[in-house]
Amino acid sequence: MANLKTTEKKTKSQAMGMHTEVLTGRTQQKFFNPDEAENFYYFGTYDVDFNKRTDLDVKDMTAAEANKKIDSLMSEGYGTIVIKNPQGKHSLGVGILNKLNLIFEGSLGYFGMGSCDGPIVRINGRVGWSCAENLMAGKVVIEKNAGSCFGAAIRGGDLICKGSVGARTGIDMKGGTIIIGGDAGAFTGFMMQRGRIIILGDVGINLGDSMYDGTIFVGGEIGSYGSDAVDADLTKSDQDWLKRKLKVAEIGENFDVSKMKKIVAGKKLWNYDNLEPTEKKGAI
Amino acid sequence: MCGIAGLIHRGKSSKVGFELQGMLQALKHRGEDSTGYALYGDTEGKNFIMRVKVGENVGEGSSSIAEDVSVYDERKKIVESYLSEMGAKIVKEERILPYSLRYEVQYDKKDLLEFSQKIESIPGVEILSMGKSLEVIKDLGNAKMVCDRYNLDKVIGTHAIGHARMATESGVDIKSAHPFWGYPFSDVSVVHNGQLTNYWNNRRALENKGMRFMSECDSELIAVYIAQKMREGASLEEGMKESLSGLDGVFTYFVATKDSLGMAKDTMAAKPLVLYESDDLVAMGSEEIAIRSILPQEIDTYDPFDGEVKVWQI
Repeated sequence: MANLKTTEKKTKSQAMGMHTEVLTGRTQQKFFNPDEAENFYYFGTYDVDFNKRTDLDVKDMTAAEANKKIDSLMSEGYGTIVIKNPQGKHSLGVGILNKLNLIFEGSLGYFGMGSCDGPIVRINGRVGWSCAENLMAGKVVIEKNAGSCFGAAIRGGDLICKGSVGARTGIDMKGGTIIIGGDAGAFTGFMMQRGRIIILGDVGINLGDSMYDGTIFVGGEIGSYGSDAVDADLTKSDQDWLKRKLKVAEIGENFDVSKMKKIVAGKKLWNYDNLEPTEKKGAI
Repeated sequence: MCGIAGLIHRGKSSKVGFELQGMLQALKHRGEDSTGYALYGDTEGKNFIMRVKVGENVGEGSSSIAEDVSVYDERKKIVESYLSEMGAKIVKEERILPYSLRYEVQYDKKDLLEFSQKIESIPGVEILSMGKSLEVIKDLGNAKMVCDRYNLDKVIGTHAIGHARMATESGVDIKSAHPFWGYPFSDVSVVHNGQLTNYWNNRRALENKGMRFMSECDSELIAVYIAQKMREGASLEEGMKESLSGLDGVFTYFVATKDSLGMAKDTMAAKPLVLYESDDLVAMGSEEIAIRSILPQEIDTYDPFDGEVKVWQI
């Protein structure tokens, strides 16, 4: 098992102000055990072939029917699925726990791609509230705008919106990266605990309000800072990472990252290290 | 939870009743205790259209107390005698349901305060709307049920707003249903999704200024608040902007007048709204599926930001 505490990566992440960052989701190595092969896959996951491709028109399907059909196609080994006519339906593409190349030719409603772990998703439209909530791993790219609570409570993976997003982006996020090509609304990074948010445009009021940890990078204007959100120095490591991330995300490759602002938790609201009364009693 | 929807055609008329029905029906999972429509006819007529209720729908799910139809008949007679007393001539009269009346009246005075106070002094009577292009129709049930009951799918107009209600803090009845008329202003209506936390303070202040409340639904406050601001000389947009600080709580609301449609979103952006805007049409709703019901093709939509106020003209 890799010992994260002694690796070079740990030192570098510390330099970037992410000393508590631990990757999560399928990429997490901490629980790897070669003797437990059955744990490589969750129940309900499939071994798919990316070269096996099919289209699925969901125009006359309910969200539940569409999701069942996606599941059925994955069970047949299809690794690339193109969804036609999603027409703003809610809860499409949820709970996919294996690798999959999924393309939506249109927009999604609320809770699209929720609780996923592993798929690579491209949405050629917009998404409603709470897109990719609880994402564990994988990549979700939205070509247009997104609603509020974008990437709420994600644990890992990359979530990219090329347009603008609503309020409370990355609320309660615990890992992973959210990248916004346009502007973001109020309370971005509200109560975030880990992970990184990159906003190339402007951001609304109360940025990073009550954030515990994690990092927010902003390219444009900031409406106001939330409680306990403070500026930090943008290091060379930060800039290298930002450039690489924006390139991989196919967004803002030529963006001047050296002028970005870096916001972290002031940690004055922290009480992580405070013991519960019963624990205190034990310690005494 | 509630769902709201609105649309405005710029430079043309359309079947707004049918379109709004589709939008609201797509939002029925957000609440179907009651549904309301504020429809704006395409031309300003010479006469006022008054939608009035003389009783409540006491069907299944209603929180109202049943009354005999003869009571409605009696109230109707008094309404008509009062209209005559005030010099309002009834040009056309329709009784769509025992408790729901529609009058086309010739009335020359512009100030509707005295007129409205007189009509609403009759116990159990409420003017749902008064205007030369506005008609508010609201009743229990989902959008399709209300549309069918009142034959709204053929209504031609320029713009409309509507509401699918899940009753949370007041009764399941017509008086608590949206849209609310911006009493006593001709052709002003409001729908709201959210919750106002300084309702009683504002209500008391507005009542002291002579404004009237017909329900205990917090959303009614927005209509009265905006109406009072306009009464004091503010434009619709100015009144809406003032509401962002004057109203406390979470809200997204729409206001419509005879030639405009506006939206406002609270400073925390806690309530959803998706907006589509083109040169000839603006459509908006609590969820994108509402817009998709009239625009199934791929379109560009966005969420307005916190504290945003927008107003469009026909």
